[in-house]
Amino acid sequence: MNIYWDSFKTFFKIGIFTLGGGYAMIPLIEEEVVNKKQWVSKDEMLDLIAIAQSCPGVFAINIATFIGYKLKKTRGAIATTVGTALPSSLIILAIAIFFSQFKDNPYVAAIFRGIRPAVVALIAVPTFRMAQRAKIGWTNCWIPVVCALAIWLLGVSPIYIILIAALAGYLYGMFIKPTES
Amino acid sequence: MIFLSLFYTFFMIGLFGFGGGYGMLSLIQHETVETHHWLSTAEFTDIVAISQMTPGPIGINSATYCGYTAIHNAGYGHLMAVLGSATATFALVLPSLVLMILISRMFIKYMNTQPVRSIFAGLRPAVVGLLAAATLLLCNKENFSTPMENPWQFFISCALLAATAFGTGYLKINPIRMICYAGFAGLLLLY
Repeated sequence: MNIYWDSFKTFFKIGIFTLGGGYAMIPLIEEEVVNKKQWVSKDEMLDLIAIAQSCPGVFAINIATFIGYKLKKTRGAIATTVGTALPSSLIILAIAIFFSQFKDNPYVAAIFRGIRPAVVALIAVPTFRMAQRAKIGWTNCWIPVVCALAIWLLGVSPIYIILIAALAGYLYGMFIKPTES
Repeated sequence: MIFLSLFYTFFMIGLFGFGGGYGMLSLIQHETVETHHWLSTAEFTDIVAISQMTPGPIGINSATYCGYTAIHNAGYGHLMAVLGSATATFALVLPSLVLMILISRMFIKYMNTQPVRSIFAGLRPAVVGLLAAATLLLCNKENFSTPMENPWQFFISCALLAATAFGTGYLKINPIRMICYAGFAGLLLLY
């Protein structure tokens, strides 16, 4: 079978079957790409995950691009990336067309009045989980607090926050604590 | 013109969206709601809810949906709106594609060096702040009403917030199921 078509199909399948965002995709990607197709080894996969996590952009797309490029250079990367993005994009497009006609329906409006506060909680919970993973403690908890307040109260663009944080991290590692990783 | 700014906006979101889908939310919210007024806060929250319930990465889902809704709200027809969603999604993916290819081509050996690790170490706590900001920005009267305006809706909303936080954070209930419960509660109590 044509490798472009095969890799496109594999990532299309991964894109369809993952509910709950990028991290839910890892076990499925490992199963398909490492165990079944053996496109990358287990160790390479661990490196890929580490790099894809630290880079900007959608996590699943980063992984897909990486594996596609490894297989067949740029054209392979395009095949896997389109494969990952296409199913969710088509599904959400169908919903967007459908929903724009129904959102003024009083029942639908009531359902979404209930869902909205729940969504706020669904974003709040991973905030704390991510804080644990980023090793936020008493000495550095001022950083996320200041960032959040700057965006929330002062309306600072998150892009500036990202740029400042990257620069600060670089300078800190360079001049203040060169041994810390 | 709106297509161009849609492209530019989602390109920037893709380029600066550290921390995965959730980390991206405050960027998407800031750009589409606060800066360009393509969506209201309530619409944005609905998009997050729908993204949670459908398969695929939340970043792709929001881009597709925002692209469609932004063009549709600007008064264009369905066909143009579909084009808008394609524009936003393509723009979001493009920086990832280019960056990942560049990294696998030539930068993979630099990824573990001291300066790059310092930069990522600086980004990590900031991304937590970004996520906290996304949460705070959604706590407004569009999503919760106010104690003065509609005390009943405000009270129910706060209760649903607490119940969902407890359910998903502590009891480990599946988020999709929790959204369904909240929708049902809304139908019963907020109709």
